[in-house]
Amino acid sequence: MALTNQIIQQRLQEKFGESVAALVDGYGLLEITAPRELNLKVLNFLYDDAVLQFQFLTDLTGVHYPSNKGNELAVVYHLHSLKENVRIRFKIFAPIEQPEVYTATGLFSAANWMERETYDFFGILFVGHPNLKRILNVEEMDYFPLRKEFPLEDQTRIDKDDEMFGRGGTLK
Amino acid sequence: MSEQHIKLPEGSIEKTTTTLNLGPTHPATHGVMQNILELDGERIVSADQTIGYIHRAFEKLAERRPLAQITTLTDRLNYCSAPLNNMGWHMTCERLLGVQTPKRVDYLRVIMMELARIADHLICNSIMGVDAGAYTGFLYVMQFRELIYEIYEEVCGARLTTNMGRIGGFERNFTDKAFQKLEKFLEEYPRALKEFEDMFQRNRIFMDRTMGVGGISAERALNYGFTGPNLRAAGVDYDVRVQNPYSGYQDFDFIIPIGSTGDCYDRWLVREQEMWQSLSILRQAYQKIQSFKGAEAEVYHADTPAYYLPEKKDVYTKMEALIYHFKIIMGETEIPAGEVYHSIEAGNGELGFYLISDGGRSPYRLHFRRPCFIYYQAYEELVKGSMLSDAIMTMSSLNLIAGEMDA
Repeated sequence: MALTNQIIQQRLQEKFGESVAALVDGYGLLEITAPRELNLKVLNFLYDDAVLQFQFLTDLTGVHYPSNKGNELAVVYHLHSLKENVRIRFKIFAPIEQPEVYTATGLFSAANWMERETYDFFGILFVGHPNLKRILNVEEMDYFPLRKEFPLEDQTRIDKDDEMFGRGGTLK
Repeated sequence: MSEQHIKLPEGSIEKTTTTLNLGPTHPATHGVMQNILELDGERIVSADQTIGYIHRAFEKLAERRPLAQITTLTDRLNYCSAPLNNMGWHMTCERLLGVQTPKRVDYLRVIMMELARIADHLICNSIMGVDAGAYTGFLYVMQFRELIYEIYEEVCGARLTTNMGRIGGFERNFTDKAFQKLEKFLEEYPRALKEFEDMFQRNRIFMDRTMGVGGISAERALNYGFTGPNLRAAGVDYDVRVQNPYSGYQDFDFIIPIGSTGDCYDRWLVREQEMWQSLSILRQAYQKIQSFKGAEAEVYHADTPAYYLPEKKDVYTKMEALIYHFKIIMGETEIPAGEVYHSIEAGNGELGFYLISDGGRSPYRLHFRRPCFIYYQAYEELVKGSMLSDAIMTMSSLNLIAGEMDA
């Protein structure tokens, strides 16, 4: 029997009740959201459950939603059940003042660097990570560059004289 | 970059191990990456990888760029097979925008993608030869990569960072010359590949250097998020082209070569066999292209004027074309809000694009799933306990591309 989104939804409902929400997005992928303290429980369940077997961590990354007060930072896991060839997305949210979530390194060795990268760019602290330090940026950096409060340079700025490269130059 | 460059033992002058900095600019690292190896004699006790030397903040840059301008960023991920990344990105956009591409476009894309895969595998396999001390094979097969690059040139005008294609198709139809060059490649390459294979496959020295070196079990490889030839060498038949077909791959007949031990030799063999499979896919795709007749044979893009840049002559004469041209160039096209994850089988594994759009002119967030970033973390486990020379072999067999790793 093929593993369908309904079965996954049902299994999650049986195990976690109302606290874990699962909705199919506009492109047919099941998206699961859970409170952040449940992230490991859900991941473990998805991994161990005999029907689901989401044992391949495809991707792990972060997203910053500044307007989502109290839940500014999201951690997004993409999981793949290779036996059934089904993918799902799993999201948890954390407040920016205390962005602590449990690490998935115990379950997936692959999560090690992906969590380091997420920490590096979003400042999400993965509790229990064996080596949580910056990976792509310099270690001296004291901010988290992919957060939305760091805009890229405005292409229409006029205080830089750079006519050759299309920035318009100074107003005269 | 402070204390981690060179590790000194704490308060001890009787250090029994040697610290060796392999990289960042070592000729055998093929890219800017560093390994701090702790050696006991010639045996590796531990390895600590430092990456990020060519980090260019693509994910941040992408948050200001309209979709079409992000293609140039994807070129610079795995620059050994830029068309693969370009096509993957276009397909991600098409999925978000709901654009359906015609069959002919899919097959043309398959041609470009398989050529890029051959170029990618060819580099990796021949570089393995170089690292084992056989330079000749590398220089010889470069002639044939040149043939592939000439096809790129004919199709898009560029060779390395191709920026090939557009959302919805290609910028222009393939010329007859492009097909002639493809024919030439299909005719000349198999013999060269056979010669290359004969040089290495049963070569005593090459086998000694690669067999049983840097092996990994299927279970560990999956846990480490291995994909592509590295995973298949460990014996798992996971290939995105088969599991989640895109661009019409379901219409092609090919097999997934797998290895058993996951060592350097198996990785080499898997890539070698995949090149033969790619050749077969190329032939099938070319045949399918030739079967299009009449108006169908001229189709090279989807009919989506809102996203596909109109022809220049129309821009001068037609009002709608002018409007669309302006909107697309200025990045003012309507993009629906949504989240998509799309992945393709790139040269070294599953290349994924996680695109979040909030309906603005550029992505709200774009994340690249870079295969070699994910599997390079297994490097320590692969080389621990082996010889220093094996560390070099293992590194080149993993097909690590610094541009992709550091994004």
